[in-house]
Amino acid sequence: MNLCFHCGEPLRGSTLFARIEQRDEPVCCTGCQAVAELIAGSGLGDFYRYRDGNSVRPRESDHEDKWRVYADPRFAAQFTRTTKERTSVTLLIEGLRCSACSWLIDQVLRRHAGVHDVSVNAATGRASIVWDDAKLNLADIMRSIAQLGYAPHPLTDETVTRALREERRDSLKRLAVAGFGMMQVMMFAVAVYSAELANEIMEPKLLDYFRKVSLLVATPVMFYAGAPILLSAWNSLRSRSVGMDVPVGIALLLAYGASVWNTFEGAGGEVYFDSVTMFIFFLTLGRFVQMSIRQHTAGVTDALARQLPSITHRVGENGVEDVPVTSLRIGDVIQVRRGEVLPADGQLLDSEAHIDEAMLTGESLPVCRRVGERVVAGTLNVDGPVKIAITALGADTALSHIVSLMQRAQTYKPALARNADLAAAKFLGYVLMGAGLTCAAWLAIDPSQAFAATLAVLVVACPCAFAIAMPAALASATANLRRHGILLTDPDALESLAKVDHIVFDKTGTLTRGELRISRCVPLAGVNEPHCLQIAALLEQASEHPLARAFAPYLHKGAVENLQTVAGRGVQGRIDGRLYRIGAPDFVTELCQDKRPPASPPESIGSVVMLGDEQRALAWFELTDSLRAGAADAVTQLRSLHIEPQILSGDGQLAVQAVAQRCGITEHFARQSAQQKLTHVLDLQKRGKRVAVIGDGVNDAPVLGAADVSIAMGRGAALAHASAGLVLVSDNLAALPEAVLLARRTLRIAKQNLLWAALYNLGSIPLAALGFIPPWLAALGMSLSSVAVMLNSSRLLPRAPRRTTVPTVIAAAPLRETTA
Amino acid sequence: MSILFVLIPLSLALVGFAGWGFFWAVNAGQFDDLESPGWDALRDDPPNNDSSDD
Repeated sequence: MNLCFHCGEPLRGSTLFARIEQRDEPVCCTGCQAVAELIAGSGLGDFYRYRDGNSVRPRESDHEDKWRVYADPRFAAQFTRTTKERTSVTLLIEGLRCSACSWLIDQVLRRHAGVHDVSVNAATGRASIVWDDAKLNLADIMRSIAQLGYAPHPLTDETVTRALREERRDSLKRLAVAGFGMMQVMMFAVAVYSAELANEIMEPKLLDYFRKVSLLVATPVMFYAGAPILLSAWNSLRSRSVGMDVPVGIALLLAYGASVWNTFEGAGGEVYFDSVTMFIFFLTLGRFVQMSIRQHTAGVTDALARQLPSITHRVGENGVEDVPVTSLRIGDVIQVRRGEVLPADGQLLDSEAHIDEAMLTGESLPVCRRVGERVVAGTLNVDGPVKIAITALGADTALSHIVSLMQRAQTYKPALARNADLAAAKFLGYVLMGAGLTCAAWLAIDPSQAFAATLAVLVVACPCAFAIAMPAALASATANLRRHGILLTDPDALESLAKVDHIVFDKTGTLTRGELRISRCVPLAGVNEPHCLQIAALLEQASEHPLARAFAPYLHKGAVENLQTVAGRGVQGRIDGRLYRIGAPDFVTELCQDKRPPASPPESIGSVVMLGDEQRALAWFELTDSLRAGAADAVTQLRSLHIEPQILSGDGQLAVQAVAQRCGITEHFARQSAQQKLTHVLDLQKRGKRVAVIGDGVNDAPVLGAADVSIAMGRGAALAHASAGLVLVSDNLAALPEAVLLARRTLRIAKQNLLWAALYNLGSIPLAALGFIPPWLAALGMSLSSVAVMLNSSRLLPRAPRRTTVPTVIAAAPLRETTA
Repeated sequence: MSILFVLIPLSLALVGFAGWGFFWAVNAGQFDDLESPGWDALRDDPPNNDSSDD
């Protein structure tokens, strides 16, 4: 029950409320409160009734000022397109999770005067907005979206988006043509077959008419819907290889050609328009399903762009000015403010700073960098503004090196898919040879039967069932996985996941929540614990240091005067007339009359802060990362599936050990760099183990690329998603054992499919070659074998059907009340 | 059976019409996003009340 109404995170003692539709709902922080009240205040409270999941907690460090640079028309021009009074932009919106989110953004933007059109696509996470530049600018739009708690990113390159959209539209059209055409041709074919089965002779005029109409319908199916198949067959022939499409293409051309010939040259020969259209429809359908799955993850193409900021503050002769990152040169001095991401590698100039390097090193706590030390692009400055002299830009930065490491690692991927293709190509080669032999043999025995028998071999042996055996099982499994909150981004991943026997966790953000919590409070001077916490919370309430948030739950009424933040050291303030300090031990003891530290810091697995007043030190606080719900259960279940869990982390020994103990993991390795992690995984693989890696940071990307199967957390870095085979969208570790079980079932069913398809093909080819199977029966058999495969695969679909739309509206409200 | 000579072209014309309609719908972006537009119905204010809509 103690969950934030807006973001769904635990309240941990927060006493803040947001007034929504005449009710006070609990929220966890001022950020969520502001967003929730903004949404309710604009009369959009319906959002909370209809959303699918919790919203993203707004980043507290976002300050308005950040968007001002987009108000400059010259800077904005690189993202927008303008045609007389209409300016348009495409934004990638981080945190856009469900249709209700897109509805909300749509509603809020439309309230601005001057906005012509808004379309927000929940599936791709993109919004395109058209507005009148005279009344509004890009900064206003970005700011309104940011106020709702989402992070908008302008897309400079729209070509990718457009290409994906065109691809989807194109295949939909082809699928429609094939489907419509198949139904029509089949209608005529059934009439002709019924006459044959009833041993009646059809009127030759009518038969001829049927054939010509079928030809008319089958032609667009063949040359429009079937064009990709024919083209791909042609391309693979030109490159002297036998792809899956080659026998298909040959069979299609032969069948179509013969049918056309027989339509115009006497009624003696058979026509195969029904087989041709049915064939093309099934193939097109399979391709469409695969393409839909692939496009679902298209968002990751912008991964790197999202990692680095596009604007920065350059310190020049006339003060600080906001400039695009692309205009920076090596040697420039820039200012990086609190909560901003460093745009380039550089050297710290004026003061020491705490830098959150989690993206690169996996270290969950910010590290302190002194003046003159190197700081790298992609990391986050958590203290006050610092000045940095740029030493490397763009492709030379450490971040870019990690990306290239990741690309190299991806070539280590086991070539399971290639093996399957190789086997299929061999099989197809035999099929072509078999068809040739059949043709030659029949020409010698009985030339009148040669064509029908050859065609029957090509059609019956067409590995259609074989070809859809894996994709059909995968499509069903993908649907099922999505219900568990898992996104399958690489079809190979499921196959590998079923065979995995080692699973490597990256500690940060995978087993833990990535958020600090006070795990221990040691009062020193006889002051009671709640009182210490109370004082600490009051002092820390205004601080934006990541450690400070851990104290928020303990905040009660009280006033602080003279609140002062000392960057990198701590906070000082006066409560009830007494001066207190909280922060680094040396900072606190400076204030105390008793200069000696009163007791050595407790043996700690996290970070330690001290509280003290003018007389003495009052308390130690130990802050640690809390374990994710379900982490321990997931580990136990994985072990029961004979999968050995390991931890491979960039964090310190004690912290890793503590997490490992709490989850029940025996093998753990601390202080691992990205390179060491990669070596470790490769070593395991050399010993014949199959390794799954779960990570979330950019530093994990190379390891993810090398693993047999890689899993990224939904809230992790976008770059990690790009190299992962599976994404745990819900961040729920309990879904992991489920996924393994499902993967094993999928593999079993895919094997059944393959076995059935192989038996069918091998059994039918000799019969067809001997002339026992007429082409129409071959086409029917081919379709039935495909249907059998489809039906078998449908067993993998989630059992309970999704709630229909009508009950959702009614059911959602009470459902939320029980969970919130 | 000669009625078939009328009915089949008629059915083909209908199929052609349906196909054209589908192509139009796809090109007009009707199938680009199958989820979000469903929420438009929940818009409380009639669009005319808003000065921003034109």
